[in-house]
Amino acid sequence: MNYFIIIIGAILVNNIVLMQFLGICPFLGVSKRLSTAMGMAGAVAFVMVLATIVTYLIQKTILDAFGLGYLQTIAFILVIASLVQLVEIILKKVSPALYQALGIFLPLITTNCTILGVAILTIQKEFNLMEGVVFAISNAIGFGLALLIFAGIREHLELQNIPGGLKGTPIALITAGILAMAFMGFSGLV
Amino acid sequence: MNQWNNFSKGFIKENPVFVLLLGMCPTLGVTSSAINGLGMGLATTFVLVMSNIVVSLVKNIIPDKVRIPSFIVIIASFVTVVQLVMQAYVPDLYKSLGLFIPLIVVNCIVLGRAEAFASKNNLFSSAIDGLGIGLGFSFALVLLGAIREFLGSGKLFNMTIYPENYVTLLFVLAPGAFIVLGYLIALINQIKKIRR
Repeated sequence: MNYFIIIIGAILVNNIVLMQFLGICPFLGVSKRLSTAMGMAGAVAFVMVLATIVTYLIQKTILDAFGLGYLQTIAFILVIASLVQLVEIILKKVSPALYQALGIFLPLITTNCTILGVAILTIQKEFNLMEGVVFAISNAIGFGLALLIFAGIREHLELQNIPGGLKGTPIALITAGILAMAFMGFSGLV
Repeated sequence: MNQWNNFSKGFIKENPVFVLLLGMCPTLGVTSSAINGLGMGLATTFVLVMSNIVVSLVKNIIPDKVRIPSFIVIIASFVTVVQLVMQAYVPDLYKSLGLFIPLIVVNCIVLGRAEAFASKNNLFSSAIDGLGIGLGFSFALVLLGAIREFLGSGKLFNMTIYPENYVTLLFVLAPGAFIVLGYLIALINQIKKIRR
């Protein structure tokens, strides 16, 4: 039951993009085509779960154990940056096909605030490791869901006749606003 | 470059939010009131100025290959300083900005200025550049926060302007952030088009 609340809460009620405003840059940047959106969502999901596990272990075994809580931000961002590098190198060797699909998105992920955000939130909400993993997976799904819906809408927007000043980013933002309004309908769920 | 131009470009011509579209997460996330916007803007400005200064000081020592990780460590150190200071002196503001304070680390504006400006220029112009861009960012956040606060809760900087019965609550909630920013950018695009 507890897991169920975490999953529904992270995917629908507190959607990481539309309700918590994390990861807006990739949300606006790579949502012009459905296929690139899928690649980005996949890469984020992969790194997010890995990063949450590694940062959780570092927090519990090193930072908490030695009273170094104030180093959290520095430690986490370094771990995430090196993890992204590592994933890139391993993927290149092990699965060139997957690397082809995710490759160009990986360097962008270091500065994607969803990864650091979810890692810090997992610690703040005092989840255990298993809950943290479920939380990370649900947030990754939530990110992917918002990104894919938005990319689908934007592909249609391309064909519409939009008044001059609203072309490009403004209409995308307003569309995201309406999408966020739709997601507000889930707010009573948990 | 003229130092005044260097300072003032961040407000209109190269405004990080309205023109360059960087740092969107804190822009949308914390602007439910003008005060929150101001706090976030000033915290980011401090990090920007300090990291620009340090990066321009050490730019010749750092090997080219590890420059991005080094910049991130420098930025993360100053973010930690801001975090601890805010926790001690303005705990209420710290609580309402929440997650977005540690997330200054991954704000593209800060890393962007370190990479594009401070790693190529001297100390003084880097500091001025950081200050200009930071205040431009704060200006955008306060503007967005003030509009949302005014429409969504009938207040401005916590002072009641009109009674609460007439407010449109939507504007302080998540969708309002996207919609107000969308129309603001549209307005700025339109003004640019007319002046051209």
